[in-house]
Amino acid sequence: MATLMTERKRSALTRGRLPKYTPYAIAASAVIVAAALMALVGFNVFGWAVLSAVLFAVGNVGSSAIVEGRRKATDKLATSLVVGAFLLALLPLISVIWTVLVNGVPGLVTPGFLGSSMNGVTGAVDNASVKNGTPVLGGVYHALVGSVLITFWATLISVPVGLLAAIYLVEYSAGNKFSKVITFLVDVMTGIPSIVAGLFAAAFFAMILGPGTKTGFVAAVALSVLMIPVVVRSSEEMLKIVPNELREAAYALGVRKWRTIMKVVIPTAISGIASGVTLAIARVIGETAPLLVTAGFATTINTNVFAGWMSSLPTFIYTQIMTPTSPSNPDPSTQRAWAAALLLIILVMLLNLGARLVARIFAPKTGR
Amino acid sequence: MSKRIDVSDLNVYYGDFLAVEDVNITLDAKSVTAFIGPSGCGKSTFLRTLNRMHEVIPGARVEGKVLLDGDNLYADGVDPVTVRSQIGMVFQRPNPFPTMSIRDNVLAGVKLNSRRISKSDADDLVEKSLQGANLWNEVKDRLHKPGSGLSGGQQQRLCIARAIAVSPDVILMDEPCSALDPISTLAIEDLINELKDEYTVVIVTHNMQQAARVSDKTAFFNIAGTGKPGKLIEFADTTTIFNNPGQKSTEDYVSGRFG
Repeated sequence: MATLMTERKRSALTRGRLPKYTPYAIAASAVIVAAALMALVGFNVFGWAVLSAVLFAVGNVGSSAIVEGRRKATDKLATSLVVGAFLLALLPLISVIWTVLVNGVPGLVTPGFLGSSMNGVTGAVDNASVKNGTPVLGGVYHALVGSVLITFWATLISVPVGLLAAIYLVEYSAGNKFSKVITFLVDVMTGIPSIVAGLFAAAFFAMILGPGTKTGFVAAVALSVLMIPVVVRSSEEMLKIVPNELREAAYALGVRKWRTIMKVVIPTAISGIASGVTLAIARVIGETAPLLVTAGFATTINTNVFAGWMSSLPTFIYTQIMTPTSPSNPDPSTQRAWAAALLLIILVMLLNLGARLVARIFAPKTGR
Repeated sequence: MSKRIDVSDLNVYYGDFLAVEDVNITLDAKSVTAFIGPSGCGKSTFLRTLNRMHEVIPGARVEGKVLLDGDNLYADGVDPVTVRSQIGMVFQRPNPFPTMSIRDNVLAGVKLNSRRISKSDADDLVEKSLQGANLWNEVKDRLHKPGSGLSGGQQQRLCIARAIAVSPDVILMDEPCSALDPISTLAIEDLINELKDEYTVVIVTHNMQQAARVSDKTAFFNIAGTGKPGKLIEFADTTTIFNNPGQKSTEDYVSGRFG
């Protein structure tokens, strides 16, 4: 007759394992020891956190090596390194967002910041607002309009060129020499420093319209030089992953190639293409250098991209910081610059969220 | 509508590589012809030359004649698109268009070519094609749902409905049941039996029972070795191929003593 085996109190399978509370105990002692060590050399929070983390990692790996053996210790060492690298990568991001938030929010919530331009806001106005303690006047409206218009025109140029180039590469070239050259040049273009793109556009328009031509459209051309390779690359990847079966299915129905591309291939890939374009926009909207040499600086609202200088958020930030409106009282300018920086980050973030939304809206439905 | 196909002295190349050599065959109208043979022997390649689909692969070309009721598909100035609208194809893996509803998938041949069609005509065409593919009763309440939400067998029948909606003369099927379970396979085989009343059907299959069940005539393809071209070994009535084949290699293959 079979007897039931009772469960052993201390399982042979868990021998040589540290109890569950060990990491917490090590963490607590690491924090205390680190505090004590820091007290000797002069206390600061950042050093304390770093030292605690290092002590915790050493204690955790060490105790594991002694009790649990080599495999577990290696596992814990790798975990410590991965988590450490993750925190290290996150640190600058958090720091940037925090700094911009702290410095930018007061300016952003100032009445009229989003709705007014810098027209008529002179050094005297800034001096007065500092002296009387009144809210900072002047705003970012002209730069916001400029950024949106310039980016819009850059997108209008880049998307057709980039998408058609990608269609040629994927659907028509069949891997010939010419397509390899294009792919190589696109890769080279991806690495062009943005100032070079700006100089190209400035020189190009100086040649055909005369020197010193600075308009929003010149800036849009400069940005599209930066944007086209990104659009080509992302669209190309998206078109490549459309299954060949779908093209063959369309051909077998007697559908012409260009119709197959227009009505089967692109709709299938549109979510990826759209989010790629949105990310390309997010990448160029923050460009400063090419705009400095192509659109100039403006303090007034200009909604015509084909005539006159135009301001944009990045150049607005640059000029406010480098050449404050009132040299004797730079604080209002600094406040405006931080607020504009916050606005720019919010714009980019919205674009990224938009890209996700676009990808989700256009994604083929599964219907389950 | 249904047309016969006469193939004479057909060689198929991929670049310089001769994939299928010297095929002569006649596929009767309103009949089912099955192609059997080991993997890589050129059955599918040959099938794709019958509606000029093999040209989609870079470097592929053909020598010889394929006559569709006397018209040479490979004559100068023949538009492959015209050929494909008369000779439809169903592929190995079901491939409904993921961006389209069931209804739009059936109408794909019409809509992708931007031919105008009134709503009532479109409704009639959808119902007729889906009934022709034995799918109407299963999907009539969800015509506006995406085609990719159907089961594999239903998707394959949707692809057949899509192929017959453009009213071709010939339907080519490249292993249409190899990704399906036995019940869906049975549904497709029943469908093939019905389709031959109106269409010329050519089917490539690895399943010899299937060839025996559905086809009137069977063609056996074989390959002498890797790198050698595939050849048509024997073409006869299905009963002859399976019961009294003329060639030793055919007998070895159909009786499972291959190689």
